[in-house]
Amino acid sequence: MFTQTSKPRLRDRVLRSPLVDLLTGPHGVDRYTELVEQTWTLGDSRAKIVAVRRQTTRSVTLTLEPNAAFRAGSAFRAGQHVNLSVEVAGRRLTRCYSPANAENDALVELTIGLHDGGAVSQHLYRNARPGMVVGLDGVGGEFVLPANRPRRILFVSGGSGITPVLSMLRTLVAEGYTGEIAFVHYARTATEACYRDELATLPSVRVLHGYTRSDDAADLVGRFGPEHLAAAMPNPEAVFACGPTELVDAVRAQCPDALSESFVPPVFTVPTEASGGRVAFADSGVDVVDDGRSLLEQAEAAGLSPESGCRMGICHTCTRRKTSGAVKNLITGAVSTTDGEDVQICVTAPVGDVELAL
Amino acid sequence: MTSSLIAPRVRTILEPTTVIVEPQAPAQVAITKIVGGKTVTMTPEQAENFGRELDAIRERVIADLGDRDATYIRRVIKAQRALEVGGRALLFAGILPPAWLAGTAMLAASKILDNMEIGHNVMHGQYDWMGDPALTSRNFEWDSACPSDQWRHSHNYMHHTYTNIVDMDRDIGYGILRMSEDQRWHPYYLGNPVYAFLLMVFFQYGVALHELETERIRSGEISIADKRDTIRGIWRKVKRQTLKDYVAFPLLAGPFAPWVFTGNLTANLIRNVWSYAIIFCGHFPDGTQEFSKEETANESRGMWYFRQVLGSANLTGGKLFHVMSGNLSFQIEHHLFPDLPAFRHEEISKEVQEICERYGVPYNKGPLPKQFGTVVRKICRLALPWT
Repeated sequence: MFTQTSKPRLRDRVLRSPLVDLLTGPHGVDRYTELVEQTWTLGDSRAKIVAVRRQTTRSVTLTLEPNAAFRAGSAFRAGQHVNLSVEVAGRRLTRCYSPANAENDALVELTIGLHDGGAVSQHLYRNARPGMVVGLDGVGGEFVLPANRPRRILFVSGGSGITPVLSMLRTLVAEGYTGEIAFVHYARTATEACYRDELATLPSVRVLHGYTRSDDAADLVGRFGPEHLAAAMPNPEAVFACGPTELVDAVRAQCPDALSESFVPPVFTVPTEASGGRVAFADSGVDVVDDGRSLLEQAEAAGLSPESGCRMGICHTCTRRKTSGAVKNLITGAVSTTDGEDVQICVTAPVGDVELAL
Repeated sequence: MTSSLIAPRVRTILEPTTVIVEPQAPAQVAITKIVGGKTVTMTPEQAENFGRELDAIRERVIADLGDRDATYIRRVIKAQRALEVGGRALLFAGILPPAWLAGTAMLAASKILDNMEIGHNVMHGQYDWMGDPALTSRNFEWDSACPSDQWRHSHNYMHHTYTNIVDMDRDIGYGILRMSEDQRWHPYYLGNPVYAFLLMVFFQYGVALHELETERIRSGEISIADKRDTIRGIWRKVKRQTLKDYVAFPLLAGPFAPWVFTGNLTANLIRNVWSYAIIFCGHFPDGTQEFSKEETANESRGMWYFRQVLGSANLTGGKLFHVMSGNLSFQIEHHLFPDLPAFRHEEISKEVQEICERYGVPYNKGPLPKQFGTVVRKICRLALPWT
């Protein structure tokens, strides 16, 4: 992105040419260049891990060097999130994380909190090492700083929710922001508070820590409320909050205009019969109430005619992308809750609300 | 027919404590076949248990899918791409005979791997569970004249669902050959061996034209206009494949164009002959059975498995042979479990064979020369009017 010499541009022009596409067909040039270096792809947005830190015992911080395909995509704004894809036991899993780096940094920094039973966070906590390549794309989100920077800003975060607000803070610091900033962060214990040392080095920022599961010496005791607000910054001009739903709700109760983002780990219970959930065939704009039959039969009953073949789970003609929700494989009985996964709709039934690209 | 395959299972899962009562659907009847002089019978009750035992294998493998499968297919892809790049590079020096021979052999091996162990298997959805867009059945395109979307319809759905049902499985003779006594003889079939030979030489184009259903166009059942989109798809793919192998790469070689051209032509021919031989040994050797529509109406899942075993035949050989045949040498296992990664078939074949033995189901296997010999004999024999 920063090397505007003619050489790499010529290389890109050659690689993108119709002739190279023909010669490398039908697989395409990426399927050859990636075998030399995994990040050498024009179409697939990827990044290489260049540094791994474990700041606390319950998190891992990755520094990522994105490839040209990522940089060619929409520019990252502080507070937004990206999709990180890793392969765990052969399966590609995608999770959404908010980078912690400042807006114009060439490198992307992700701090990933360890979730009990979380396949991706456990995998990265244990196995992330420099040189590893991950999928990185889908920059997006409305949780961003206004172009006209407010003069008095309060940031509130809980746990790994610190990353998008830290990204905003770092962006402001890099810009030479001269306004007033208070930064309130809640963690379970002092040792689990990410970025504590870095925050301590910012003299112009009023940093307050709260610990919810220990008696560690804290600046704030208990949960967010009027006292915490008063201690941090009374009447802030803008508030940005990110963390568990309870924290975000507590902030909004005090500051209704706060811009916020929260994360909830999905909880699914598996009923034994028709779940009665809402089945949305998103591309067709059709909704039905789950009657327990396969997604294919329910789509057909709703008047849709998706492509299908064997109707017994062998030919993969009916495979569709499930954007969200839990489903059950009618042959194996296995329940899957992964978002953005391909399912064979002839042998798959909903478990609760499901959205399907159909 | 197909809905009856799955309906009982749906009910079992959703209401585990309820007794399953099948409404109206006519019951599955026992099927009897004469295989190699022996009578083989499968009753509906036996089929139920037979199916359950095979389902257990399938579920066990699915539960075990993981890094090993991902590593394997990526290794094969890496080998294929290396052979392809190396082969094409050597052909640029093809004026030297050893370079031409090695380049052609490498390119042929690359095309065989691409079409069989990678393309055919990936397009079956064997690696869909990985969620890698490059290994997803719907996205994958192979180095063959046949467009992958058409292949997935004619092969994955039509052939694999209705395997060896006469008048439903168009892979019985591909609409041009007489491969079963149950296909009525016609003077056209006097040319059976000639058509078979031509199909072997031009196999990739034969496969490409498969979805066109020329036999239905010839009989006037459908018109050529009904197949306009199919023809467009075939033309698009054939054009690019031809431009690549016979125009672009030779021209890039400048004065060495003739060597690149003949190398590419030979590599495509080798791939055609090899894949033809392997594929014809899948369902046509002596002993493989065909089924009628009546026999397979209201077929249970267990009986479907029974038909797959009786309709398929395996090839014996070493590890490299199995890889180069895309593990279609385990045609029986492939037809039982078309979406399990094919390199797993060898591991489960012993168990499948043992189950078949217990149920008295013949498990047809033999070395390539023997099996192919019986296929050639069948092709010639069925050309004759009294067969």
